[in-house]
Order: sequence, then C-alpha cells, then structure tokens
Amino acid sequence: MKIKRIVDYTGNKIFVIISLLMLLTFTVSVEALAADNNGVEQEENKIEEKLDAGSIIIDHLLNDYEWHILTWKGKHLSVYLPVILFDDGNMYVFSSRYLSHDDKYIMKNKKNGKDVIFSIPEDGKYKGKIVIIGENGEIRRPFDISITKNVLGLFVSCTLMVVLFLFVAKAYKKRGEKAPKGLQSLFEMLICFVRDDIAKKTIDEHHYEKYLPYLVTVFFFIFINNLLGLIPIFPFGANLTGNITVTIVLALFTFIITNIFGNREYYKDIVNTPGVPWYLKLPVPLMPVIELVGCFTKPFVLAVRLFANITAGHIVVLGFITIIFVLGEMSMYAGYAMSVVSLLLAIFVDCLELLVAFIQAYVFTLLSALYFGMSCKEEHKE
Amino acid sequence: MELITPDFGLMFWMVLAFAIVFFILLKFAFPVINKMLKNREEKIATALEEAEKIHEEMLNIQQSNAKLLKQAQEERDKMFAEARQEYDEMLKKAKTKANEEAERIIENAKVSIENERMAAMTDIKNQIANISIKVAEKILEQHLDNDEAQIAYINRLLEKEDKK
Repeated sequence: MKIKRIVDYTGNKIFVIISLLMLLTFTVSVEALAADNNGVEQEENKIEEKLDAGSIIIDHLLNDYEWHILTWKGKHLSVYLPVILFDDGNMYVFSSRYLSHDDKYIMKNKKNGKDVIFSIPEDGKYKGKIVIIGENGEIRRPFDISITKNVLGLFVSCTLMVVLFLFVAKAYKKRGEKAPKGLQSLFEMLICFVRDDIAKKTIDEHHYEKYLPYLVTVFFFIFINNLLGLIPIFPFGANLTGNITVTIVLALFTFIITNIFGNREYYKDIVNTPGVPWYLKLPVPLMPVIELVGCFTKPFVLAVRLFANITAGHIVVLGFITIIFVLGEMSMYAGYAMSVVSLLLAIFVDCLELLVAFIQAYVFTLLSALYFGMSCKEEHKE
Repeated sequence: MELITPDFGLMFWMVLAFAIVFFILLKFAFPVINKMLKNREEKIATALEEAEKIHEEMLNIQQSNAKLLKQAQEERDKMFAEARQEYDEMLKKAKTKANEEAERIIENAKVSIENERMAAMTDIKNQIANISIKVAEKILEQHLDNDEAQIAYINRLLEKEDKK
C-alpha cells in the first residue's frame, strides 16, 4: 500500500522499474553470497573454518581486476577484464584470468627478452594490486590502467548516460515546444530542478548559464551511478560513487572550474579578506593562509562526503546480508530465521539508499554551484 | 586502508570518461534541451501575456457594451418622452381646433336661428296685420251698415281732424 502510494506519488516508470529490479536482484545477490560462502568454505576448509564478514563486505566495496558474478558449487562465474600495464616503456596487455587461477603470470619483455613476472600480493602495501616481481625478489608497481570492475562500470554508466541524454535531446527535437513525454519529462524535471533550484539560486543570473552544463552533468552522473550502484547484477553494481578516486576526480573538476572561472574579486578576497582586522593579515598572513587552505578543503570535503555516504549505505546493506551467513554458520535455523529479518531490513535500507542517491547528487551539485557562485559574484553586498 | 587510497588507473579512466561524457552532452544534448526549454518557457510566457491582454480587452468591450446599452436606453427614453410631448401637443391643438369649429358652427346656427325667428316674427306680424284688417273690416262693416252711423263716424273723424 505504502509502496504503491510512493509509486503513484513519483508517477515515474523509471522509479518503479528500478525498485522492481532492486527487489528482484536481491535474491540473486543472496544466492551469489551463499555460493560465495560455499566457495570460501571449500577453499579455506583446511586453513580456517571461520567466515570473515568484514573482509567479505570490504571486498564487495573494492575495485577488482575481474568482475565476480557468482560461485555455484565451487565454480566461479566471473567476467575477466583486460589488464593494461606500462612498465619501463613497455606495454603489457593480458587477461586477468591468468592471475586469477595462478599466483604468477610471466610475459616476455619485448626489448630485452627477459621474463617479467606479474603477481597479486595477498597483503602488504600493494595488497590486491598487480605488481611486478623484480629479479632480486623486490616488488614494484607498474603504471596500471587496467580495465577493472569499476572502469567497466564507469563505461557502462557513461554509455547509459550518453544514450539517455541523446534520446532525450532527440525527443526534444521531435516534440519541439510540446509538453514533455515519458523519459523526457523525468529528465526535464531533474534538469529544471538543477537549473532553477540549484544554479539560479546560488549563482549570479548573468553567470549561471555558463556553469549549467557541468552542474547537470555532475548531477546526473552521481545520481545515475548511485542508482546503478544499488543494482547488484552484472553490468551494474560497480561501487563507483562509493570509490574515493571517482569522487576525488569529480571534486577536482569542481575545483578546477571554480578557480578557472573565478574573477578578480574572488582572488582578491583570498589574499585580502574583507571584514577581518588587519593584524590577522599583516605580520603573519593568518587569514590568507586559512582562505587558501579553504580553497582546497572545500572540494576535498565534497569528495569525502559523497564517498562516505555511499560507502556507508553499501556497508549497511552488505552487513545485513552477511549476518545471515554469520548466523547460518552457527546454526542453520538461525540463518534461515535471520534471512527474513535481514532481507526486510536490507530492503528498508535500500529504499533509504534511493533517497540518499538523490540527496547526495543534490548536495554535491548544490555545493559545487555554491563554490562557483562565490567565485564569480559581482560585488559585495554589505 | 585500500578503501581510501586513490587509484591512479581508475583516476585516468574516470577523467577520460567524464570529460568525454561532458563534451558529448555539451555538444549534442544541452544546446537542444536548453533551446527547447527556453523556447517553451517563452511561449508559455507570451501565451500568458496574451491571455491577460485578451482578458483586458474583453473587459473593455464589456464596459463599452454596457455604455452603449445605457446610451441606447437613454436615447429610447428621450424619444419616448419627445413622442409623448408631440402627441400631447397635437391632441391639445386638435381639441382647440375642434372647439373653435364647434363654436363657429354654434354661432352660425344662432345667427340663422335669429334670422329665421325674425322672418317668422315678420310673417306673424304681417298675418296679424292682415287678420286685424280683416277683423277691422268686419267690425266696420257691422258698424257702418246704416247711414246715421256712417254720418256719425264721419263726423267723429272730422272732429279729430279739426282738433288737429
């Protein structure tokens, strides 16, 4: 009843589809995890019986060279992604399958014909990353631009985004000035939301149009990736917005745009902050230093906020699912009993995550717009 | 720890992918969408303005209509009043004329009645005179049928003449 009301309220097919997909794929993720459990047990039977819930959760959040889909009766179903490495002026391309099955993969160096040994260490500084083992046993990290799980997820979401936007643009071309329809109306609602409630309210009316394309792109990029991150089946579910690298890059774009389009007033305020007594500026430039640091902390905070929020949501959902197997290890019945409770809780948290997906996209865009607005405002209103 | 360590490879792809997506959207999607949104907004704004104008015009027309109606009513009232006045006047004139005519007729009648009466009077007088003469003759015939009486009468007459 309540869900129906929410669906009626949003009135959007997309939301319905996404929620349905989510509910549907929960079962899949449970199966996959159950299978995982089996696999882990079979493999680690000799060493350790205990299930490490923490590492299972973290492993699901992390990037990987292969895209593990499920393990069924000890057999892994994974998509092995290409590894691309640069080392010493040489390029090495091979499938991650080789490193998944064996500890080492050996390739010939094209220049001097020597063997190059690749490996993925289980711990240490380069845990989980491909390294090259040198002749003396020392390890070094090559320049690694492999198509990892997150990179593939990134390609998928970027393709989806471009396709959706071009589809919407085409709809606009076709329908002209008529009222929007279908997907177009969903996009129009969100674009107008970014334009009217974010850009226009925070940025000068003469300047906001300059920033609007970036703001809309960032909003949709974060929103779509947040939503895709909630879908736990194959081409989706890469934890992109919960990855610090991705959020740092987004924040970096905001930082660059803020400072490139900042006007003289903005830079003058950093050096000579108005409304502050002179002794905070002159012998020891305290305020200018604080302002300068502020320029860097602002985008840093943006990156960390998005990363932490999305990661937290994923950890909670994964925690609820993993607890089934932790309890299931103690007693089968406890596991079955817990599965019902956990599933309900996980569904609840996932619904919450739908909200968070939107809110975080909104917050990131709003704060970016605020920084743009500050860097290009015309004059002080005192 | 790995969770919060930026990875260079992913960063490389992320910068590339995001920049490409941004430029594709900037080139192919946003100009169209922005233009259409703006056009539609303008269209709606002008439509609203026009509606306002039409509403005002309608109000004006209604006002002028009411004014015209009022004027027409006034005119009609005036015409009615004028017609009534004319009617009254005509009635009055006709009445006086009729009175005059009647008076004239009555006067004429009176004159002719007087004339008739006079004629009748004269006639009666003549007849009375004739009758008196005849009576007098008869009486005289009776009185003077002998000589003595005749001589006496002549004497009386002579006396009367003498006296004169």
